[in-house]
Amino acid sequence: MSTPPLRSTLAGALALAALALAAACAPQEEPGAGSTASAAPADCAPATLKTVTAGKLTVATDDPAYPPWFADNKPDSGQGFESAVAYAVAEKLGYTKDQVVWTRITFNTAIAPGPKTFDFDVNQFSITEERRRAVDFSSPYYDVAQTVITIKGSKIAGAKTLAELKNAKLGAQVGTTSFRAVTEVVKPAVEPAVFNNNDDAKKQLQNGTVDGIVVDLPTAFYMTAAELEGGLIVGQLPQPSGTPEQFGLVLDKGSALTSCVSQAVDALRAAGTLDALQKQWLAGVAGAPTLG
Amino acid sequence: MTVISDPGRDVDSGYRPSPLQQARIAHRRRQTVLSVVVAAASTAVVGVLAVVAVTGAPGWQRVRESFLDPAIARESLPLVLHGLWLNLRLLAFCAAGALLLGLAIALLRTLRPAVFFPLRALAASYTYLFRGTPLLIVLYLLTFGVPGLRLQGTPSLLVLGGLALTIVYAAYLAEVFRAGIESVHPSQRAAARSLGLTHGQTMRHVVLPQALRRVAPPLLNDLVALQKDVGLISLAGPIDAIRMAQIQTAEHYNYTPYLVAGALFVLMAIPLIAVTDWVTLRAARRQSAEAAA
Repeated sequence: MSTPPLRSTLAGALALAALALAAACAPQEEPGAGSTASAAPADCAPATLKTVTAGKLTVATDDPAYPPWFADNKPDSGQGFESAVAYAVAEKLGYTKDQVVWTRITFNTAIAPGPKTFDFDVNQFSITEERRRAVDFSSPYYDVAQTVITIKGSKIAGAKTLAELKNAKLGAQVGTTSFRAVTEVVKPAVEPAVFNNNDDAKKQLQNGTVDGIVVDLPTAFYMTAAELEGGLIVGQLPQPSGTPEQFGLVLDKGSALTSCVSQAVDALRAAGTLDALQKQWLAGVAGAPTLG
Repeated sequence: MTVISDPGRDVDSGYRPSPLQQARIAHRRRQTVLSVVVAAASTAVVGVLAVVAVTGAPGWQRVRESFLDPAIARESLPLVLHGLWLNLRLLAFCAAGALLLGLAIALLRTLRPAVFFPLRALAASYTYLFRGTPLLIVLYLLTFGVPGLRLQGTPSLLVLGGLALTIVYAAYLAEVFRAGIESVHPSQRAAARSLGLTHGQTMRHVVLPQALRRVAPPLLNDLVALQKDVGLISLAGPIDAIRMAQIQTAEHYNYTPYLVAGALFVLMAIPLIAVTDWVTLRAARRQSAEAAA
């Protein structure tokens, strides 16, 4: 990034020359391809990992980043569940706290086919098969439930079953699995509203133009406890199609880092670190009734 | 009424072009054919170069997968079309509303008597305010702020959003109308008034017909712009074509649905753009015919 143009040109020319030489001598295996599957834990060290900036781990998230995933829109504080997970993964890979660099990427940029400016993106991305065709996911770090919330006095405030939500005007943030849960699990008779972000959804819930909004469970607890006056959790929605919804770290398609990051996440789960971080940052999210 | 025959235009009068004129016509036709051939050739060269540059790029395979996936295009088309239906209905209502409101404001702004100064000032500040305010902000204020008042009988978000579009576009259209009205020479107005027509009659029968004809192209141009901006309604919650494309894009992590929506919008715009071009051309022909006469 910050290399002077002359040096990078020289380096480029050298690399090209080396490549030409290699190609002339023997069929060379394409760099990156094939090396991911066989990556041994020993390869997953800052010295060998091909990160965006050598020796640093660049982690992306959206702007603003919301609690309880991040605190005060400051991902580099280590406060909040996803910030803590990102630092735990970095530590597992051998990076110190000051070797972690944060960058801000919107959803659309994260999935664009161009070169990536991050090593992994942590922003409550749910793992689905369709999405796997465009990006790599790490092993899941959190099992998530979608939850309907509303405010006191709303017509769905006392709802106990999915059937009671059929005629409700529900809202969700665009591009989220929350919206998908509305269309696939609740299937309301009224067309749901879709908002640019959860702040807009929350505002329209307060305005009364929607009866309820759907967010993931930790966000639901945070919103109803801290952000919405008279906020209520109606209940969790059942999982859409058998497979549980899980969050994964997003990496570039075919990234050389995927297996290393996945190994780090797996190790954190096995060691009980993920559970501990959940207890620390997402405390009290158990116990919301599931709507039948 | 007798028809005055015009030897230059009336075919029935037995007019035949002279040999010299026929030679001129033939020459012009050859020139036309030649220029079409040259244009086609240069377009082909540019097109081939562009295709080679794009498809030869190292990331082309991935870009093609994420922007041009036929399966996803087929899957998203009906959903995007459903959203487009909302855009179309909204366009019809907002265009009608903005034209009427814009005309009314333009008429207020062109009232001459001193006693109407407050109305003129009000109309002028309306055009200043709403041409200056970004549409997004007006939309936010109306669709998020107004329901927050929790008044009885607040209209739906769709109506509020449509209102925001109408208000903003009326400000642009009002200025176009005003330009048209003021382009009619004052002598026309004076002549009409001297014939005993009232201000209203002068406007209706003399000024507005000429003014509207003159500003038809820019008016239609603004309507083409409105056609795209009706998509901003999605900000308030309703799902239009672009929002549906965004939802599909998020589900598949693939941008093809955006291209589907884009293509549909172009198809929707073509009739209006064609009418604009035709009206412009006709106006130009008439004007030059008047000048030649």
